[in-house]
Amino acid sequence: MNFPANLKYTKSHEWLKKTAEGTVQIGLTDHAQNELGDLVFVNLPSVGDALTVGESFADVESVKAVSDVFSPVTAVVAAVNELLLDDPAMINTDCYDAWLIEAEGIELEDELLNAEEYEAFIQEEA
Amino acid sequence: MEKKTALYENHLAAGGKMVPFAGYLMPVQYPTGVIAEHMAVRTAAGLFDVSHMGELLISGTGALPFLQQLLTNNMEGMANGDCRYSPMCNKAGGVVDDLIVYRYSQHLYLLVVNAANLQKDIDWIKAHLPVDVDMTDNSGNISELALQGPKAEAILAKVADKAALPVKPYTFVGQMDVAGIECIVSRTGYTGEDGFELYCATENGPLLWDALLAAGKEEGLIPCGLGARDTLRLEAGMPLYGHEMDDVITPREAALSFFVKMDKPDFIGKAALEEKGEPARRRTGLKMVGRGIAREGCAVYSQNGEEIGVVTSGTQLPFVGYAGAMALLPNQYREPGTLVEVDVRGRRVEAEVIKLPFYRRASK
Repeated sequence: MNFPANLKYTKSHEWLKKTAEGTVQIGLTDHAQNELGDLVFVNLPSVGDALTVGESFADVESVKAVSDVFSPVTAVVAAVNELLLDDPAMINTDCYDAWLIEAEGIELEDELLNAEEYEAFIQEEA
Repeated sequence: MEKKTALYENHLAAGGKMVPFAGYLMPVQYPTGVIAEHMAVRTAAGLFDVSHMGELLISGTGALPFLQQLLTNNMEGMANGDCRYSPMCNKAGGVVDDLIVYRYSQHLYLLVVNAANLQKDIDWIKAHLPVDVDMTDNSGNISELALQGPKAEAILAKVADKAALPVKPYTFVGQMDVAGIECIVSRTGYTGEDGFELYCATENGPLLWDALLAAGKEEGLIPCGLGARDTLRLEAGMPLYGHEMDDVITPREAALSFFVKMDKPDFIGKAALEEKGEPARRRTGLKMVGRGIAREGCAVYSQNGEEIGVVTSGTQLPFVGYAGAMALLPNQYREPGTLVEVDVRGRRVEAEVIKLPFYRRASK
């Protein structure tokens, strides 16, 4: 499994990428997509929706199960990756390219892990 | 502690993701994933370990009249070598289990039952067993594999005498050689495709598994897990015990009236079913129109906002390419084309009633 060093990670298996514009992209980690299996449905928030640390902002479904995606920031939704609505399997194909949302106006950030710490965390969890 | 089938090491070697199911550790999927496994069965072939299923032998001079009393379907008119599906009801008309009956002779039958219900079935059958009938639980001595898909016959013909294979659906051959292993082979399955179920001695399971996978390599045969088994049976409109029927939901509500012969002189549950009369709700197919996947337990509403029923199974259906579900709905909402709404995690998503199954294979 692949955990790029330029990203931050949460214990609920989201990744964060800071952009040059000061926003963050949020997606699902390789471990998460692997555990979920083939994704068939994604429900995303709308631009302008409020995000709260630790609260669900989206749900993703594989053939067998529904999972919440939790926000690692308190912020506002700046953009939504609408390509995923038609092709959720993009998350399986390349989870680090297939961002779910972009957030701006970050007020609060959850405790984040670097790639090494995240990898150690999922080893522990297994 | 979950039990393991004889194929446990084969599943690990193939990268199977093992999950507890009905007291066993079973592969829910392999690295290919549920969708690829599902599509393999629809277009080529898939191999399933279903050794968790239970096998009960019913024998004795009174076997036929006993099964007539025990089961809702008619066991008269079965020839030796026939298989027949039947619900098995409790006295209240709910379902103890649903099973496949294999007839060896009028004095010997094999019942293949759901793993999760095995002990309940044993207890139920024992409680009703007459003196001239015996029951033997053979579940621990058998490995069962399901070879399913349009290429199943061609694959099996490479490792067995093609002329000896069962030809008609729902028939079986009680003893034949498959890859040097003695097997029972039936033309049955739970996927909506042509295919076979093979039963052999427990310890021969891994050999049979490897031989079939090797034989089917060119045809695109891959191992498939319980995940694909569930999406395949749902797409084919087949009910699953514990979802579409249970100890309370009757077979008539589960839209299985064809397998409940009310004109038989008697069977356990008949009086209760007669008393209940025509069921007020029945299993119904739903095709999601709005974005969302209805799952088991989701409430179903009429367009006027009245709660009218509940989803019993639902998923994204890989081959037909839309989300489908089965729900228990009142008769007035079962007309194909009727629009209803399903509460999917707090959102009302529109769905259309359609005639089951979602998928039917092209006839030959």
